[in-house]
Amino acid sequence: MIKFTGVTRDYPKTGAALKNASFHIKKGEFAFITGHSGAGKSTALRLIYLADRPTEGEVRVSGFATARMAAGDIPRLRRRLGIVFQDFQLLEDRTAEENVAFTLEVTGARRTTIGPRVMRVLTQVGLAGKAGQYPRELSGGEQQRVAIARALVNDPVVLLADEPTGNLDERATRGIFQLLRDINASGTAVLMATHDLDMVRSLPSAHLIELQGGEVVYDSEGDAPAMEETP
Amino acid sequence: MNLVLRETALAFRRAPLLSALSITTIGFSLFVFGLFGLVAVNIERAIGSVAERVEVVAYLKRGTPIETLALAQADIEAFPEVARVEHVTEAQALARARRDLTEFQDIFQDLEVNPLPASFDVRLKPPFRDAAHVAEVARRLQAFAFVDDVRYGQDWVEKLDRLRDIAGAVGSAVGAAFALVAIIIIGTTIRMAVLQRSREIAIMRLVGATDTFIRLPFLVEGLVKGLLGGLVALGLSAGAWALVNQALLRSSFFTPAQAAIGVVAGGLLGLAGSALSVGRHLRSV
Repeated sequence: MIKFTGVTRDYPKTGAALKNASFHIKKGEFAFITGHSGAGKSTALRLIYLADRPTEGEVRVSGFATARMAAGDIPRLRRRLGIVFQDFQLLEDRTAEENVAFTLEVTGARRTTIGPRVMRVLTQVGLAGKAGQYPRELSGGEQQRVAIARALVNDPVVLLADEPTGNLDERATRGIFQLLRDINASGTAVLMATHDLDMVRSLPSAHLIELQGGEVVYDSEGDAPAMEETP
Repeated sequence: MNLVLRETALAFRRAPLLSALSITTIGFSLFVFGLFGLVAVNIERAIGSVAERVEVVAYLKRGTPIETLALAQADIEAFPEVARVEHVTEAQALARARRDLTEFQDIFQDLEVNPLPASFDVRLKPPFRDAAHVAEVARRLQAFAFVDDVRYGQDWVEKLDRLRDIAGAVGSAVGAAFALVAIIIIGTTIRMAVLQRSREIAIMRLVGATDTFIRLPFLVEGLVKGLLGGLVALGLSAGAWALVNQALLRSSFFTPAQAAIGVVAGGLLGLAGSALSVGRHLRSV
């Protein structure tokens, strides 16, 4: 469903953030991308949601070949993804409910369906009782739940989470991680970038991709290193 | 569309101060342009009223048959430059001279024969009241066999031309400078509104909003701000005009059509400023 083939992303000033990276994330998987900061985790995610394009190689996302995609088609791809960030990216002057509804409004959903869909995902993330509160009135964990609800409301094929627990304390972190696992259990693929190895170890069944200096150094589902092919 | 209007209204509600500030800023920058416009309108009207006196007088040879004159008058009236032709008979010329030139009244009183010739007094349509057209009409009038002499105050018409040229050039330069200032100020003001909401724009994009969708509320906002700014400018101009009119000199104000054009131009400037700033912002992120 997400396939990187020989992907390199060069930045003119800082050099390559990703070097010849190849991996494949399948439907319904729970996958981790790990590595130190600067290893290329965020770049990999940015290439998936087309905030960036590869210098070389190909990224395929849910049937879209992103390299040749016209800018006008990007919104169509993004509507099939749910994206969650370390800093939540909520609109401060809208309530939890309005933040979630915003996604549906900007994508032109029918107005009568918006209310019920928003309440359904807010219930799913455990925030039905705080729908009318503003982000500043919510704890960090709760804000991230709103962000996850917003990411889920469009029924995405994959939830992309870039260090989603990076700003949270341990308890909130556990809650968010559990929520992501529940979401995955109900069928949505989850791709999470993190440097929290405890979290990675706690889910041994997950697909694990490790980046180092922009290169894939480990892929639990990958083919055996194919580079030194000898006749 | 409903959502676009709702988002626009929300933008005004959430940042009332910034909105009021930008409308005021737009209003004042258009007001400066409006003041200039008032000066231009009045200068133009003054020149126009002077130009109304541009007249070509063709003196007629004595004894020309009246039928010939009637035919010729119709011909001259058919010139594209000509507004109307007045046939002043010798008797009328004398009566006019007696009335207008009171200092020579005695001389005119004692006359036994009327020395004054009859004439065609030819008035031109407004766009043709310049030296070139006047000379051209004079030349054609001169060609009639019964025309003795043609007078039109060449010096005076040429001076009027020069005055008009100077007013036009200065007006265009100053007007363009003021318009440019207004455009820059309006663009900056709207850019502030865009930057203030850059985070929102980024989030809208991430959740899959199309650029058109993101752009629309800003365009409506720019249009509304421009129109309101235009109204503010119109109000300020009217106030300034009333003051000047009362204290200094009688002058004329914009016609309703000119005022409407000004307000609409404000709206269009706001729209263009928005389109530019949002477009630039969307390309840069």
